[in-house]
Amino acid sequence: MNRENISIALLFIGLILLQVIVLNNINFLGYINPLYYIWFVFLYPVRKDDASILVLSFLLGLIIDMFADSGGINAAATLLIAFIRIPVLQSVLGKRELDYATMNIFKLPFSKLLAYVVILTAIHHFVVFGMEYFKWSKFGTILLNTVLTSIFTIILTLISFTFVMRKR
Amino acid sequence: MQQIISFLYKNKLFILFLLLEVLAVLFTIQSHSFHKSKFVNSANFISGGIYDRVNNFKEFFLLKKENQRLSEENAYLRNLISLEAGDSVSTDVLVIDSLRHKQKYSYTAAKVINNNYRKNNNYLTIDKGSNSGVEPDLGVINSRGIVGITKSVSNNYATVLSILNVNSRINAKLKNSDYFGSLSWDNEDYNVVQLQDLPVQASIYVGDTVVTGGKSTIFPEGIPIGTIRDFKTQNNRYEYINIGLFNDMSAIGYVQVIKNFDKLEIQNLEEKSTNE
Repeated sequence: MNRENISIALLFIGLILLQVIVLNNINFLGYINPLYYIWFVFLYPVRKDDASILVLSFLLGLIIDMFADSGGINAAATLLIAFIRIPVLQSVLGKRELDYATMNIFKLPFSKLLAYVVILTAIHHFVVFGMEYFKWSKFGTILLNTVLTSIFTIILTLISFTFVMRKR
Repeated sequence: MQQIISFLYKNKLFILFLLLEVLAVLFTIQSHSFHKSKFVNSANFISGGIYDRVNNFKEFFLLKKENQRLSEENAYLRNLISLEAGDSVSTDVLVIDSLRHKQKYSYTAAKVINNNYRKNNNYLTIDKGSNSGVEPDLGVINSRGIVGITKSVSNNYATVLSILNVNSRINAKLKNSDYFGSLSWDNEDYNVVQLQDLPVQASIYVGDTVVTGGKSTIFPEGIPIGTIRDFKTQNNRYEYINIGLFNDMSAIGYVQVIKNFDKLEIQNLEEKSTNE
């Protein structure tokens, strides 16, 4: 157990508790709850051929699902963004291969970070609401929920990024 | 063989991703079928325990509403007693003599420790489980009306399929006639549910009371649900009937779980006659 593993474990548990105890009860404008727990996927260190992020994000989503009685919706969505985060990062940075040794999410320029966060959050939320409603006739509701909740989640994520960056 | 192994090795991340994704989708599909969500639900030791703690704080803010509801119920029960005043003096209510009086339903009081009402498929979690005799498929009510049906049960907790769930179907009838339909929810407003399949010869008016039908073994007949808010007729049938609930589903504190002692007998009988 080194220090990095301990802080990741604390982050994992902390984000779950924050999500199910506080954030799932916000009901902003009646029904908007930020899905802030996906910050875990952004914060997890970027490594080449890393299976641990897939397993951990699947478990994270599954535990959130367990609390929300939503089957495996959050697990599926979180696993998806964990899988595509490196290709997305590559295309945002415009590189064919990432330089894993010097790669640091905190040293990205703000515009790149914003694009990275927005793309992954929007995909995650779209999958979550799409699987929850799962009807063509509800497509408008799905899009509206995706957009509104994404805005909320993205703002929270960016605020927490600036906090962490300032500390370093 | 060599090629297959090297292919698998090269794509091991993608295969892991695919396996877990299929698992997640399976969990999702499984959670929609009524009896099978055994693994991923909030009626377990960890999430039940956490919700229990959190609810201890939340409960404080609901006290006023809950007190008011209790005093309403007290008044209602007092009225019932006063109607049968002659009887209740002469008989001891604690003695249940099954020869003179057959008890058909038992009620277990439980506390709601988690309540969803904003989603597409809403569930509640209550703090009574199989140790207190709660089983899957029992009706859950409070003094104002129906709340839902129990789904998954652990030792000390149970999840309740709320009436605000697009998968929920509950037998309901009009209070002033015997026409019945089934209750569903269209996910528009958490105070409004829909009555479906009501035959058109049943004449209804705005303000009519709708109660549970007693055609299923889950709810006793006559548990209040709500009043008709508006409806539309088209092509000689009811296009939709909106029912405003008596219950405020956003503030459910204490509930009662109803167990029907005749359930098994009725089900066996029905099964027997369909098999013949």
